[in-house]
Amino acid sequence: MPHSFVIEVERLTKRFGEVTAVDDLSFSAQGGEILGLLGPNGAGKTTTIQLLLGLTSPTSGRIRLFDLDLLRHRRQILQRVNFSSAYISLPFNLSVWENLDIFGRLYGVRDRRRRITELLELFEIPDVVETVTGKLSSGQVTRVNLCKAFLNDPEVLFLDEPTASLDPDIAEKVRTALKRVQRERGVTMVYTSHNMREIELVCDRVIFLSHGALVAEGTPRQILERADSESLEKVFITIARGGRLED
Amino acid sequence: MWGRVAALLLRYLYLYRRSLARSMEIFFWPVMDLLVWGFVSVYFRQIGAPKAVLFLIGGLIFWDVFYRSQQAITLSLTEEIWVRNLLNVFIAPVRIAEVVLATCLLGVIRALLSTAVLGVLAWVLYAFDLLRLGPALLPYFASLILFGWAVGMCTMAVILRFGHAAEALIWGTPFLLQPISAVFYPLAVLPRWLQTIARLLPSTHVFEGMRATLETGRPALGPLAPAVALNAVYLAAAGAFFGWMMRRVREKGYLGRLAME
Repeated sequence: MPHSFVIEVERLTKRFGEVTAVDDLSFSAQGGEILGLLGPNGAGKTTTIQLLLGLTSPTSGRIRLFDLDLLRHRRQILQRVNFSSAYISLPFNLSVWENLDIFGRLYGVRDRRRRITELLELFEIPDVVETVTGKLSSGQVTRVNLCKAFLNDPEVLFLDEPTASLDPDIAEKVRTALKRVQRERGVTMVYTSHNMREIELVCDRVIFLSHGALVAEGTPRQILERADSESLEKVFITIARGGRLED
Repeated sequence: MWGRVAALLLRYLYLYRRSLARSMEIFFWPVMDLLVWGFVSVYFRQIGAPKAVLFLIGGLIFWDVFYRSQQAITLSLTEEIWVRNLLNVFIAPVRIAEVVLATCLLGVIRALLSTAVLGVLAWVLYAFDLLRLGPALLPYFASLILFGWAVGMCTMAVILRFGHAAEALIWGTPFLLQPISAVFYPLAVLPRWLQTIARLLPSTHVFEGMRATLETGRPALGPLAPAVALNAVYLAAAGAFFGWMMRRVREKGYLGRLAME
């Protein structure tokens, strides 16, 4: 029976000199799944995402997206992928329209005006289209970044703390929009966040990293049962302090 | 490919429309340079050095062509780092060669605009006619653009590898090359050992040719041959260096670090 994995990571290792940032990591994600990538600071989440985007080359191991080898087919894969992070932004001195139009062109989006309007409406910011990006509130900036991330109708979306700078109301709206897109378009998402409640709400499955290695994997419910814990936050703290989950 | 190059070029042009600081690079600073050097050369003429106007203003305008071309590459990519947009560009399905090509084309636009403004002002204020260079004007201009691309690529590769610490090279590298490019004085003025080094720069041959043309009124195309040959070597070397550095940057994970700092 053919598998439906869109992301396959096999024995991925990345060393920076003496430091092993990602250690023999293997995991996969199915089409339409939201996979939480969790772990304390320095656990290797960001490096893993950078490896998955081809920004950093691996020391060893293999990454395949859509059954294509990332190293050999990077551009082909990037055409079907996108990324949004709280730590990067669009040029602040360009208007929202200019920014989204440029990235629409880079991804070869047809009927950009319709697509941009659609996305601004999805994230409930249609009135900012002519505003200079630097004059937006942080919540609006995050949502414009997400509009950029959805421009090419990606099949895989990497989201690095997408709600980090948002108030609870906007964060909830963003989560709802993301879930809606995932449901309607079957987008696979790799999601990092330090907000464990959000992870429980959004993710179908999570993997915990510690010192670059995978230490736990499963649905949020499975993880909670295995750890005999009431919340992912407690599991997170246990792992961050070097503890292990009981099998 | 051209659609993506055009999109990147548009991004950089939007920036000039929106940023006073960037627009000043094309118009304000070159004009200020022209005013200072123009009046210095007028003074030289008054004290009995009539060719000074030709050589100094010609040198200034031509130097600006090289400088704008180099800056277009380095400043455009560094701007992406400053505004934390570098990762957005690098995770788009864009070849690094397309990014570099867009910045190179931007360099041509910047140099053309700047030269047009300076050319008109030099004619109005100091009766300096840039078109006096005749058919030599275009190949000289092209040679300086190409050398600017080569220097810009090397500078940018170093910035991507070493990060913010290397940003001073954006402005420093051209001024390191200026004294040995014989911009405002003949090559013969330099010590003999420095002349040998200077001859390895395409810019030196262009400025020597420019002075010969302005002095005789006949296009001196002879110096173009070494300039073209050297440019071919430097462009190939700069491309290879940039590619090698990008592989190192990916290996070491500097791209993500630089983009998220």
